[in-house]
Amino acid sequence: MSAEQPILEVTDLVVEHGTGRRRKRAVDGVSFEIPTGTTLGLVGESGSGKTTTGMAILGMLPMSGGRVLFEGRDITRMPRRERCALGSQRQVIFQDPYSSLDPSKTIGYTLAEPCRVAPREHRMTTAAIADRSAMLLQRVGLSPDAARRYPAQFSGGQRQRIAIARSLMLSPRLIVCDEPVSALDLSVQAEVLNLLSELQQDLGLSLLFISHDLSVVRHISHAIVVLQGGRIVEKGSADQVYERPRERYTQTLLAAAPVPDPAEQRARREERQRRRIEERQQ
Amino acid sequence: MNRSNGSRAMSAGLVRRVLRKPLGVVSGVVLILIVGASFAGQWIAPHDPLAQNLRIVRQGPSVAHLLGTDSLGRDVLSRLLFGGQESLSGVVVAVVAMLIIAIPLGILAGYVGGLLDRVILRVVDVLLSIPGTIITLAVLAIFNNNMFVAMVSVGVLASGAFIRVFRSAALSVRQELYIGAARVSGLSRVRIMANHVLPQIRGVLLVQVTLFSAATLGIQTGLAFLAFGPPPPSPTWGGMVAEAATIIQIDPWLLVPTGGVIALTTLALCLLGDAVRDANQERFTLAGLEGKPSAPQAGKSQVHTTGADRDDEARMAVTPGALLSVRGLTVGFGAEGRETTAIQRVDFDIHPGEVVGLVGESGSGKTVTALALLGLLGANGRVTGGSIRLSGEELVGMPHARLREVRGARIAMISQEPMVALDPSFRVGSQIAEAVRAHDRVSRADARARCEELLAAVRLDPAIARRYPHEISGGMAQRVAIAMALAGRPELLIADEPTTALDVTVQADILDLLRTVQEETQMAVILVSHDWGVVADLCSRAIVMYAGEVVERARVADVFAAPRHPYTTALLRSNPHGAEPGKPLPTIGGSVPAPQEWPVGCHFAARCPLATEACRVAPIDIVHLEGDRASRCIHIDELAEVRA
Repeated sequence: MSAEQPILEVTDLVVEHGTGRRRKRAVDGVSFEIPTGTTLGLVGESGSGKTTTGMAILGMLPMSGGRVLFEGRDITRMPRRERCALGSQRQVIFQDPYSSLDPSKTIGYTLAEPCRVAPREHRMTTAAIADRSAMLLQRVGLSPDAARRYPAQFSGGQRQRIAIARSLMLSPRLIVCDEPVSALDLSVQAEVLNLLSELQQDLGLSLLFISHDLSVVRHISHAIVVLQGGRIVEKGSADQVYERPRERYTQTLLAAAPVPDPAEQRARREERQRRRIEERQQ
Repeated sequence: MNRSNGSRAMSAGLVRRVLRKPLGVVSGVVLILIVGASFAGQWIAPHDPLAQNLRIVRQGPSVAHLLGTDSLGRDVLSRLLFGGQESLSGVVVAVVAMLIIAIPLGILAGYVGGLLDRVILRVVDVLLSIPGTIITLAVLAIFNNNMFVAMVSVGVLASGAFIRVFRSAALSVRQELYIGAARVSGLSRVRIMANHVLPQIRGVLLVQVTLFSAATLGIQTGLAFLAFGPPPPSPTWGGMVAEAATIIQIDPWLLVPTGGVIALTTLALCLLGDAVRDANQERFTLAGLEGKPSAPQAGKSQVHTTGADRDDEARMAVTPGALLSVRGLTVGFGAEGRETTAIQRVDFDIHPGEVVGLVGESGSGKTVTALALLGLLGANGRVTGGSIRLSGEELVGMPHARLREVRGARIAMISQEPMVALDPSFRVGSQIAEAVRAHDRVSRADARARCEELLAAVRLDPAIARRYPHEISGGMAQRVAIAMALAGRPELLIADEPTTALDVTVQADILDLLRTVQEETQMAVILVSHDWGVVADLCSRAIVMYAGEVVERARVADVFAAPRHPYTTALLRSNPHGAEPGKPLPTIGGSVPAPQEWPVGCHFAARCPLATEACRVAPIDIVHLEGDRASRCIHIDELAEVRA
């Protein structure tokens, strides 16, 4: 697999917010690559630039510098038409399942929408779209007649399944998942994570998984990139970053996340306090 | 095809909501009658509007002339019916002209933004600064008294204000994530604006249209009053008022039907606008409610009283030495007598100085329990059974004034969103001092001193007191909220998801702070949380809730080591921490039932691998186990075997 070309290669990505004197670098020289068919976890606290990175890769934010290669093609300097065509190969799943579906549209409409804008030669017939919607709704564990209903009739977990189905309508190669399970309950979170891994195995999807929760990222990712203040602090395999973090910030982050085990949690807390005292002495 | 289906259903929803309001129905019917009658005038008018009969001038209402006759003996009703066509079509012309300009420009300015937005706003500024009346009169003079052109110019001149309204509506829709998803799919801007933005501003649009129609009717009839528009003898509403005004001394009656129809139409339009606004608001708030399973849903009544009926003396007995004893607590939401139960038969004790976690997922009722303890259920909710005793004193049914003394002074609360608890227009220090003075009658200087003490207690720099809430971070705001909660030296602190909105490193700091503060003050803490990590960190005991019931109570170490309820077991297993990476996580399957769907028996039975017929036929009681433990499960022994 390593000999294969990575699906996404990001080099020295820079994204700036604001204009003039209030210009601020939200992402500053970020580089990483996602080997085809794997998951990269992007971890950081608020303001670390993890969502900004994801949005820049999707082309929703202008980049100020750097290069993004999608399957070896530079998408930073691509004509608008071609970039539009790429829409079918990159998709997105957002955090908030309540605002990511248009409340005034049926699920069927929401699922069909991406297909309607495909280039004419690839455009599917209405019947084909309906078939595919029904198939994907079943694939994500919902009944096909969900297509006739409205978002308000579904729970958060179900809506996130619908959002996943929508992202799969055009058979994308890469899906950017921006905190897809943060708004979900623990038991629902497990179901959505399982669904994502299953889909990855069955369809050979590559995922950019953005999250603040290290244990979730560790569970689903092959490799992890830790961001702080727009820069990469540490990157490596999921095992290495989670079990043997090299950088101080990663260690702090790991020590701060509470774990559901009172004994282990007490150990972490003591470790955290020891660190704090150390820091004060320095 | 789908699109039209979607929008039709949406507007149908709005129309149905409007029709559910008496105000909406009445004003709608009145408008339809007036408009319909006016445009059907040539068929239903009893007389020719121009036919004069000088023998019956200035008569009051009679069978032949329902609304009387005017000074030339013409039938007032017929003239009103024909005159309405002119006035009402003038209104339609102005509204259409306004919408044609305001909708596209408003949406473009709001959705596209940037330079286009600035240009459009400048144009709007120009439009707003033009004196409308003078321009309209000038237009009438230039276009030879042509009412159509005049009404178009009224619409154009008014569009400035409406561009702003539609722009701000579109701005708020732009932030929605589904717009982002549509952009990623490659949808063009025009399509996004037409398919996603326009339907969302429909409600605002309808309200504005009704209000603008009312205003335009005033302008149209005003112009006719000033003798613009069709010349006499053709009937116009404004012209008829003018005529009535000249003979007001001789015949006051004539002013009643002519002025009345204008007033009635205007009033109906305004009231319809109100009804549409309320209905539109409702659609969003109700949609929000439907979205959050934790919020109790008003629906058909299903109050389970079986548990309360079987309450025996032993169960209701208060544990001696407990700070807080909750027994059989049942809370319902909705109309009195037809409540939907949100929590039922909740029992637990909190001992002084103890930190207890109230754990559960959305819809478990943990937040409702916390709010019930504080008497903060709101107008819609009430305690329908059971008791809450604080040091032996019953809180259920306590008068509001007394309850207010208990709140804050003996029970305090911090919430998930600390910023919401702070008033953005006052300095942090004065808000803390206010909290201090609410409990202690102290001088300003003493309050300030106590404020500094409290800030020190939550490890904040005293200089923070001079800052405004927007100048501090979320973590600091939560510290300030804790300081305010400590102001009354409470015996019990209810912390509702206090760290959920914070970053992990900040969360760790706040948890450490809560621990230190708790150790220093020895107050008891109820920590409402969905996060088992937070519970493991801070709590000594845990109360697990599922679908409105307490399913397990135990020491925290025991819950994690050997949960004694199948739900707790399953929930803990679904945590990715400790699971093998790459392997599927164990899931529960199914979903939490809504209060209306609660079964008679065990609420978890439908999702439980151990469930048998016995679980489904009757309510399950809490079983007291060794030590302090309790579980609402009749298969505890099998559960132990499964684990072993």
